[in-house]
Amino acid sequence: MTLDYSPAATPLPQGVKPVMPIDKPTPQPKPLPDLTPQIVPAAPAAAAAKLAVKCEIKELRFYYKQYEALKGIDLKLHDKRVTAFIGPSGCGKSTLLRVLNRIYELYPDQRATGEVLVDGRNILDPGQDLNLLRAKIGMVFQKPTPFPMSIYDNVAFGIRLYESLRSRELDERVEEALTRAALWNEVKDKLRQSGLSLSGGQQQRLCIARAIAVKPEILLLDEPASALDPISTQRIEELIAELKSDYCIVIVTHNMQQAARSSDYTAFMYLGALVEFDSTETIFTNPSQKQTEDYITGRFG
Amino acid sequence: MSRYARRRVANRIYLALSFAATAVGLIFLVLVLYALLRNGVPALSGTLFTAATPPPGSAGGLANAIYGSVVMTVVATLVGTPVGILTGTFLAEFGRGSPFAAVVRFVNDILLSAPSIIIGLFVYQIVVVPMGHFSAWAGSIALALIVIPVVVRTTENMLALVPNSLREAASALGTPQWRVIMQVIYRAAIQGMLTGVMLAVARIAGETAPLLFTALNNQFWTANMNAPMANLPVVIFQFALSPYNDWQVLAWGGAMLITVTILALNILARLLAGWSNQTP
Repeated sequence: MTLDYSPAATPLPQGVKPVMPIDKPTPQPKPLPDLTPQIVPAAPAAAAAKLAVKCEIKELRFYYKQYEALKGIDLKLHDKRVTAFIGPSGCGKSTLLRVLNRIYELYPDQRATGEVLVDGRNILDPGQDLNLLRAKIGMVFQKPTPFPMSIYDNVAFGIRLYESLRSRELDERVEEALTRAALWNEVKDKLRQSGLSLSGGQQQRLCIARAIAVKPEILLLDEPASALDPISTQRIEELIAELKSDYCIVIVTHNMQQAARSSDYTAFMYLGALVEFDSTETIFTNPSQKQTEDYITGRFG
Repeated sequence: MSRYARRRVANRIYLALSFAATAVGLIFLVLVLYALLRNGVPALSGTLFTAATPPPGSAGGLANAIYGSVVMTVVATLVGTPVGILTGTFLAEFGRGSPFAAVVRFVNDILLSAPSIIIGLFVYQIVVVPMGHFSAWAGSIALALIVIPVVVRTTENMLALVPNSLREAASALGTPQWRVIMQVIYRAAIQGMLTGVMLAVARIAGETAPLLFTALNNQFWTANMNAPMANLPVVIFQFALSPYNDWQVLAWGGAMLITVTILALNILARLLAGWSNQTP
């Protein structure tokens, strides 16, 4: 298997191992419970300095009624980087993603405890306005979910919620979003047609266009390519590579090659716990946990 | 006999029984339609739509009854539809899993299957008695009470068919819940909801019992909603029971009109539903 790594954060001097990314160099981070990966000494400040932490998750627990689906997650997500959550079905990776924009609150018997700091503010705070939060944190789901309206209105939907633009400005924003989502050339002559008339791969890119049209700061992708054919999948991955210069992107995926190809950092989760979090290269070439190694080599369960 | 041969025989028997059951239903339906057309078509005269119900022995039509039926059906639909849609929306979108919604749903189901004569008596007691006389308003209210549970039911069912992923996708953009419902969920469910309203209209267009105690009947043309008003079902009821041949012919004509109208509404509802199921 050849792994096509996306460019590393900053080239490391030869011989220096990629390390667990942290925002400022600390001699020895405090040890986590028994799942803690082996921690190599912190990198030179130069490597870490440019990586702003966009989102910091602390001691996050999540419950479906009484069932504890996340058992104390601690994790940092970096701005302008792609972080992948991998792990077997039911390990809690999608649940973790759904906490980040509090979409789980649509369902009354789901709740989260702990802290999720986005730009230093705890979004789990009861005073947090959910609509403003979700406008700032975009999400794309596993199955394409175009709204039952025209392609144009699908993309304009989110923009119209928070901005009142003149029609020409709105046209520009729609075109820009569709262009960035690599869909413009395919739909520019049929913007008034229903979004449901597109193919599955096009629908998913439409949903990505809709999400980025509102200019979010974080983009959450929940298995965005799992329902798509290989060509559409490749399109989506190219899109992720293209978008990461502007967003903090989190992607949940079942596809290990996809995680290896498109992410800078990878979090391996198992049974509601974070087993290992490190640079994607380290996770896929030199993981510190036996469990991680078993999973990525396919020896797992 | 082999297992396969036995299965083939069983298959034939069940198929035959199914055909027979379908045939019984269809035969009676065709007989009813045949009788209606055979007796109703002769009633189609120039005055059917222009003249009011006549005294026995003179020429006339059903204009006042047609007008009354249309007006009361329209008023009842205009009153019942918004109430029904809002209640259905509450049940499907806001009250999921709440005990209050469960109670509302249960009561609505009772109302849905309540005999319509009970609705008529209820409106008689709370509207006709205080007013002191029968009126078209009372008739409209009684019909609206029949529309509401039908629309509540279909609205809730149609909204429940909209996948949650659509609600999540709309909410994930930071859309307030009312806009999620008005701009995304209603759009996805609109044809089904319209079908429900059509079915409710078809249902009340032929209701007799609730009107007997409320709108009563009127031998003369009137557009006054505060007065008793003629309507097709009650006119059919009275004229069909009368000993006068010309009244009986008019009753056949009215019966045919109602049936054709309801048939048309049902076909329209079907077309709407089919149109909504089509993936564009």
